[in-house]
Amino acid sequence: MASKTKEILLDPLFDNNPIAAQVLGICSALAVTTQMSASIVMAIALTVVTGFSGLSVSLIRNYIPANIRIIVQLTIIASLVIVTDQVLKAFVFDISKQLSVFVGLIITNCIVMGRAEAFAMQRKPIESFVDGIGNGFGYSFFLVLTGFIRELTGSGRIFGAQVLPLASEGGWYTPNGLMVLAPGAFFVIGLTIWALRTWKPQLKEEN
Amino acid sequence: MSAKHGTGYTMGFAAAVCLVCSVFVCLSAVALKDMQEENKKLDKQKNVLKAAGMLAADEDADAAKISELYKNIQPLVIDVKSGEVKKDVDAASINMRMAVSDNSKSFKAPANDAKVLRIPNEAVVYQVMEGEMPTMLIFPISGKGLWSTLYGFLAVDVDTTTVKGVSFYEHGETPGLGGEIENPKWTALWKDRKLFDQSFQPAFKVVKGIAGSPADAPHEVDGLSGATLTCKGVTALVNFWIGKDGFGPFLENFRKGGI
Repeated sequence: MASKTKEILLDPLFDNNPIAAQVLGICSALAVTTQMSASIVMAIALTVVTGFSGLSVSLIRNYIPANIRIIVQLTIIASLVIVTDQVLKAFVFDISKQLSVFVGLIITNCIVMGRAEAFAMQRKPIESFVDGIGNGFGYSFFLVLTGFIRELTGSGRIFGAQVLPLASEGGWYTPNGLMVLAPGAFFVIGLTIWALRTWKPQLKEEN
Repeated sequence: MSAKHGTGYTMGFAAAVCLVCSVFVCLSAVALKDMQEENKKLDKQKNVLKAAGMLAADEDADAAKISELYKNIQPLVIDVKSGEVKKDVDAASINMRMAVSDNSKSFKAPANDAKVLRIPNEAVVYQVMEGEMPTMLIFPISGKGLWSTLYGFLAVDVDTTTVKGVSFYEHGETPGLGGEIENPKWTALWKDRKLFDQSFQPAFKVVKGIAGSPADAPHEVDGLSGATLTCKGVTALVNFWIGKDGFGPFLENFRKGGI
């Protein structure tokens, strides 16, 4: 059982990463990854929501009428997202301002819905919770990596601290303006998916 | 997979889920409300302090420091049209952002380059006090840039024309181009420029290229490269808010010592 739980947790990180394998949930990955701090908060928020939505849906899976199951899942997810948004506004106000609508848009993130429908509806609560957290980690891996690359190359900073001295301030680094715009995220995510699929060929879709 | 259920069961189940979820959402909203309000207040105070240059633009001050510095700042509620101070109105009760979408609390702005549509009847301006004497005035400013509405604060000396500082705290301009309006290096260039010409007509301008020192180009600030339209918007909105439709009447009263 222990090894199975571990597998559920770690499988979505690389072997079955929701972004690399299924290319799910990349909209928000484009929008919030210009800075590390925002990426990390978004990653935590999504992981928490995916975990708890898996748990809640699984707890009531045997009672949900089949014909309204999607809307029930959505209600649960939406409630969790609103609560998460409220918590962020209360405790990390500056970052929640940066994330603006994208926390709310976790509701529409396909990873959350996908795991609730495909996994939590059939499995036990603990497994579903772990699966949610695992998929959250898989998403987080991409988000934090993209955030790291974009903040470093786009503005020469990590967590807002200047690590590459900018040419405009007497240093040597000319920031790449493309990286702070949405296309920068496309390039980084595209290249990462390519790298991950080269390393783990089973991630490729069959033609 | 769940079995097929009757309509009654389905309705009951949906109602139960909604009830549980709404209780959950309400609890969190109510429990965290005070902290959120406090955060919003501090955030606003921080922006005012930043415009006044009392807090460095990239400084992450804690609540205690902000409250301490903010003691020197006195909010004033003014009637925008007449420029008179309304002493009996509490500044905390005024929300200018809400007021512009309420016809009873705002009026239609005349056509203007800043694309300001409505002006609130009552606005909050801030005085930075040193003892009993005001040393600086801070105005809320807003208007269209290229993509978005820019919101900021403009700090002016008591001569009503010399800029002390500016900060844009909310905008949706392109990062790295128009978004540079929040760059402290650029806003530092505003210091000591003049808003008005000799006859107190608004004369401020963000130019293309380099404007030179405040002595050589008293009314001009360097443009941001790649952000021509955002800069045009900034020029328009500053001139709008210091002009006769904005805080002009208040500034005139202030110059006459009438507040």
